[in-house]
Amino acid sequence: MSRSFKAEIRENRPVNSNHNLLTLAPLDIMVEPRPGQFYMLEISRGLDPLLKRAFSLFRRTSDGFQILYRIKGKGTSILRELKEGTLISLLGPLGNGYPLPAENQAALVIAGGIGIASVFSLVEKLEKKAHLFYGARLGDEIFMTDEMSGRYRELIVCTDDGSCGRKGTVVDALNDFLGHASLEVREPVIYACGPQPMLREISRIAVAKGITAYLSLEEHMACGIGACLGCVVKTKDGYRRVCKEGPVFEAGEIVW
Amino acid sequence: MNLSVSIGSLKLKNPVMTASGTFGYGEEYAEFIDLGRLGAVVVKGLSLSPKEGNPPPRIVETAAGMLNAIGLQNIGIERFISEKIPFLKTYDTAVIVNFFGDSVEEYVLAAEKLSSVKGVHGLEMNISCPNKQAGWCVFGTDPKVTREVVSAVRKKTSLPLIVKLSPNVTDIGLMAKAAEEAGADAVSVINTITGMAVDARTRRPKLANITGGLSGPAIKPIALRMVYEVYKSVRIPIIGMGGIMSGEDAVEFLLAGATAVAVGTANFVRPTAAVEVLDDIIHFMETERIEDIRSLTGTLHAG
Ligand SMILES: Cc1cc2nc3c(=O)[nH]c(=O)nc-3n(C[C@H](O)[C@H](O)[C@H](O)COP(=O)(O)OP(=O)(O)OC[C@H]3O[C@@H](n4cnc5c(N)ncnc54)[C@H](O)[C@@H]3O)c2cc1C
Ligand SMILES: Cc1cc2nc3c(=O)[nH]c(=O)nc-3n(C[C@H](O)[C@H](O)[C@H](O)COP(=O)(O)O)c2cc1C
Ligand code: FES
Repeated sequence: MSRSFKAEIRENRPVNSNHNLLTLAPLDIMVEPRPGQFYMLEISRGLDPLLKRAFSLFRRTSDGFQILYRIKGKGTSILRELKEGTLISLLGPLGNGYPLPAENQAALVIAGGIGIASVFSLVEKLEKKAHLFYGARLGDEIFMTDEMSGRYRELIVCTDDGSCGRKGTVVDALNDFLGHASLEVREPVIYACGPQPMLREISRIAVAKGITAYLSLEEHMACGIGACLGCVVKTKDGYRRVCKEGPVFEAGEIVW
Repeated sequence: MNLSVSIGSLKLKNPVMTASGTFGYGEEYAEFIDLGRLGAVVVKGLSLSPKEGNPPPRIVETAAGMLNAIGLQNIGIERFISEKIPFLKTYDTAVIVNFFGDSVEEYVLAAEKLSSVKGVHGLEMNISCPNKQAGWCVFGTDPKVTREVVSAVRKKTSLPLIVKLSPNVTDIGLMAKAAEEAGADAVSVINTITGMAVDARTRRPKLANITGGLSGPAIKPIALRMVYEVYKSVRIPIIGMGGIMSGEDAVEFLLAGATAVAVGTANFVRPTAAVEVLDDIIHFMETERIEDIRSLTGTLHAG
């Protein structure tokens, strides 16, 4: 059982034009991951691309786990072409993961775009307790809703153009929710992953209202294990490594 | 088969070390490899007081390499001694501490402080950093300044002293010579090469610091050429580095004149890289029937 391991690709299937779902089966017993943790994947044995790529644990399966990824650039374009049966090297699970809410707390889980990849397993773990806010620019960027159905307490989908769910951003939806449903939701805790402007806005709201918010951040990474000091984010205690002290940080700690 | 090599008075069980800044303080890798197999662990560059480093983004991948502008973030010598040395001491490997300062005085004080610490076996001076007293000009790009700072440190330490040369110069042989004359026991060749990356769409540099240091396979041909030039110019041992990914890469550096090698960026690609390079070297020696690793150094058949 090592955090440096090989896994076989069981499936690498498109879920829309620029997102894939990768199902992996480790060759050895894997270290059990927690929601919010991530893996570094070796994309190629060659020298270019050189560095591993970071991807969140999407979902645990019976004999492995899945990664949901957006085809972004060089590395993910190669990754999407990898066939069933291919062996790849990985490191993980890495980072801290989301702290779970207390019994009396209500979990408001917010995903912007591919941020769903990071919070999906948290929603599962929370066993129908999560209020899930899931936003994207366009309707066809909202997926996995079938897989998620029945796993949340409530799902609020938002798209910028209103082509799916309500029109507007998840931040608007969060504001409305906090304004109205506050009687029912005694002590909210926010969990969020998505683009930086969204996280910054959520952080601002949470800090202003005194709500605890856990944000999953991204930074360019080389090692993934705390050695290179490349992935830092500015916090009240100075620079902290996203791969080691994060990727999940409390909103109040971050200096935007 | 003999794998051991000497760097001044420091005897290493084998020639494979880790490059400073790519191996943390060693502990980050202990879960993946046996640190005791390495010839030496070279730790992240330290200064007298802790340094915060540069704002992010600090790294960006480039073709077969990466640029970094970490900004020498480190926990400071004091904390290193109390928090990291006890752990490193539990391994049967040489611990080489990379250090820097922004003035000659700082270098000297840092070296003095480190020299009295049990568990520190050698010092590596990073002179690729800016000099406060000289308009923030880099120490290692002027042979006079190099000589001055190295001899000042030399007077205050009896530990093996390695000077890590900057490749951002026109004649690296000259810099090596200056370090040798000032009393260095060895030179490390090379540090990262200054470069930059630009985002065409946003029209912005990809690093917050604008420029950064290039490392990885992309720089190997330059590193080899520089090791070769330094070998022709000095008699002290050379620690070769720059883009080493395999044992074969390492052997190329030995042939060009290196006595030992350091594995850097490869540690990020595979945390097991350094021991894999060592195993590769052993395999190479077996198949090529080489009895003593030292017999390879500088044996390039050139002209
Ligand atoms: C902790 C963490 C978890 C992540 N989880 C997921 C996930 O579950 N699904 C998903 O689709 N994406 C995720 N990402 C983003 C993913 O790592 C990048 O999209 C991916 O590295 C892009 O690689 P590329 O070669 O295709 O893109 P390129 O743009 O060609 O990459 C160039 C370099 O930039 C780095 N890079 C580019 N974008 C990012 C980014 N957003 N974050 C960090 N590094 C980046 C790459 O790793 C590479 O080193 C995560 C990032 C982090 C840090
Ligand atoms: C992220 C990073 C941090 C580094 N930090 C230091 C440092 O603190 N001190 C130093 O002397 N060299 C530092 N280096 C330079 C390396 O030790 C090495 O000289 C260089 O990367 C070339 O080797 P490589 O191509 O194998 O990585 C750093 C390199 C990288 C990539
Ligand atoms: S990626 Fe190297 S320290 Fe985080």
